[in-house]
Amino acid sequence: MSRILVPCHVKGTVALQVGDVRTSQGRPGVLVIDVTFPSVAPFELQEITFKNYYTAFLSIRVRQHTSAHTTAKWLTCLRDYCLMPDPHSEEGAQEYVSLFKHQMLCDMARVSELRLILRQPSPLWLSFTVEELQIYQQGPKSPSMTFPKWLSHPVPCEQPALLCESLPDPSRVSSEVQQMWALTEMIRASHTSARIGRFDVDGCYDLNLLSYT
Amino acid sequence: MLQEESDLSLIIAQIVQKLKGSNLYSQLERQAWASLQRPEIKLESLKEDIKEFFKISGWEKKLQNAVYGELSVFPLPSHPAAPPEHLKEPLVYMRKAQGSWEKRILKSLNSMCTELSIPLARKRPVGEQKELLNKWNEMGTDEPDLSLFRPVYAPKDFLEVLINLRNPNYENGDSLSFRTHLGLIQIPLKVKDIPELKECFVELGLNTGQLGIDDSTQVPPELFENEHVRIGQKVLAEQDSAAAQQYIRQGSPTALRAELWALILNISSEPEDVLYYEQLKTNVIQHDLLVDSLIYKDVKLTASNDDYYFVFEDYLYQVLLCFSRDTSVLSHFAYNSASPPKSYIRGKLGLEEYAVFYPPNGVIPFHGFSMYVAPLCFLYHEPSKLYQIFREMYVRFFFRLHSISSHPSGIVSLCLLFETLLQTYLPQLFYHLREIGAQPLRISFKWMVRAFSGYLATDQLLLLWDRILGYNSLEILAVLAAAVFAFRAVNLMEVTSLAAAEVMRNNRRIIIWCGIPVYTLLKLE
Repeated sequence: MSRILVPCHVKGTVALQVGDVRTSQGRPGVLVIDVTFPSVAPFELQEITFKNYYTAFLSIRVRQHTSAHTTAKWLTCLRDYCLMPDPHSEEGAQEYVSLFKHQMLCDMARVSELRLILRQPSPLWLSFTVEELQIYQQGPKSPSMTFPKWLSHPVPCEQPALLCESLPDPSRVSSEVQQMWALTEMIRASHTSARIGRFDVDGCYDLNLLSYT
Repeated sequence: MLQEESDLSLIIAQIVQKLKGSNLYSQLERQAWASLQRPEIKLESLKEDIKEFFKISGWEKKLQNAVYGELSVFPLPSHPAAPPEHLKEPLVYMRKAQGSWEKRILKSLNSMCTELSIPLARKRPVGEQKELLNKWNEMGTDEPDLSLFRPVYAPKDFLEVLINLRNPNYENGDSLSFRTHLGLIQIPLKVKDIPELKECFVELGLNTGQLGIDDSTQVPPELFENEHVRIGQKVLAEQDSAAAQQYIRQGSPTALRAELWALILNISSEPEDVLYYEQLKTNVIQHDLLVDSLIYKDVKLTASNDDYYFVFEDYLYQVLLCFSRDTSVLSHFAYNSASPPKSYIRGKLGLEEYAVFYPPNGVIPFHGFSMYVAPLCFLYHEPSKLYQIFREMYVRFFFRLHSISSHPSGIVSLCLLFETLLQTYLPQLFYHLREIGAQPLRISFKWMVRAFSGYLATDQLLLLWDRILGYNSLEILAVLAAAVFAFRAVNLMEVTSLAAAEVMRNNRRIIIWCGIPVYTLLKLE
């Protein structure tokens, strides 16, 4: 299924915290990232990919236009999706993640804005976010062609002339030949990735020093 | 569902691609072509008939074993957006730490090179080649002057690097709080706790028979041993890798061990493999590497001084020297956080066409490296088979013991697992040892890095390595290390210094039954 990258504008993260940020001891455990699509009309969202950085749970809210006349509504399409099974340990902390349309709670048609709500309840981490955020929409389906009439409705074939009995049945021969051809094509197309095993360059392996780059 | 299906087809495609380059593929092709002569193969149902033929003749089983082998070794295909470095090691700071550790090793090797004025590699003159070929089977009798060589690094240097490993995003406050790790490792990796370990190592439970315990002279063999041996023979007759891996979790009878390990690691001695080994031998004869001297020194310092392994000194040279020339080992760097060192042909610095890996297999041996090979010499006497088994063991398990990674079987996770087990279940002992300045990891690190080779009697060690193969994981090493401490807890509480604790530990072979880890830990639950 093809997909097209949708250019988006990721606004800066906003920390949600109760009380005054300067005086309170702890670090924020909830961050909000707004994603807008300034140059694109409301589209059908296919896939969201990103690289996690120590976010434990992700919720996504999406702003949808249900029809041309009503105002856009905010809906929750993903609730508390777990990115780190144990928020205190490194498992899943820097993984690449893809979220698809079929995993969402609501229909993803006509999306105009996204809001990602990141949660990290563990106080062990200094910061958390998601990186390399990319939004994809459905690519064009393969164009449907109209076949010419004579291809889709072949003329009923004439009865072949009865050949001498000693010759093999032509339809059987043609199917066997087709299969052999398919096998040879497959063998020709496959290539191995086996190494050759040489470590020297033209028989020479005189080295100076190890390289640091 | 869609995601699982596409993941599955990706895994299948990856395995097919890997197997296409293998010997098995060409053998299957040849068999398929040859089978066309057979009367039961008909052209209309060509595919099904050949599949049936493979099933009957045992080739399907070989293919199954190969696929099972690939699944055990290769990590699952990662996200399409993830770069190849991510497959080697997902955490960025660990990659960086591994990179700087490697740079230190390279600097050390380069400085040794310049100090001693010895080239990294040189072609041997013909006379020297002939001489080496003549004494190939008795290289141990050679006594070259190795006094100027020193090992590139020892396990304790590596431990210092691991102790200083820090996650920049982690709260590493100076004051003690709930977030401080009391042990030496300060990385919050996910390690299994006792309930998870019990579930994982269920075949090591009290109710299941174990070789090494339930085959001792006091226990009548009808209770467990006879049946277990019979099942082992059946598994070998079926030639099924997966069944062998399951079977060996309860230990392997000595007579069947060599074949079982070969079956699990999917090693078969075809003529091509013997030829490949001979080719490596030719490479050793033709080119002399600096790394060879490091290997010589290591063998002389470790295995030759060991009561059990000194007889195998010649075998060790034959395996390790060839190992350094084997470029097929380079493929394991796809899932190893380490990277092979690079160099350029003399006079062609910077030109990519003249860039090579050094040593050809990308692995620089450290002090104690030869101990990975030594126990295998008890099982295999034919050099090419011994070589293949060692190579497979290295690219599946041993590489994880000396590279920095977040993998559950990596040395960092093993250290953390050991420390966590000890803190959770022997807190008094842990506190006492910490107070006298004898952090337990300083004692047990060298056991784990060598997979207990040289620290356990050989029959015990082979029973331990049975379990490593059976569970396809090195976590049992950390569990055994913790169990040793638990076993000697009473004595250790009386110790007053690190040196004394060390002496207690090194007091010759720790003769313990292999089942002790789970027994001890179950008692502690």
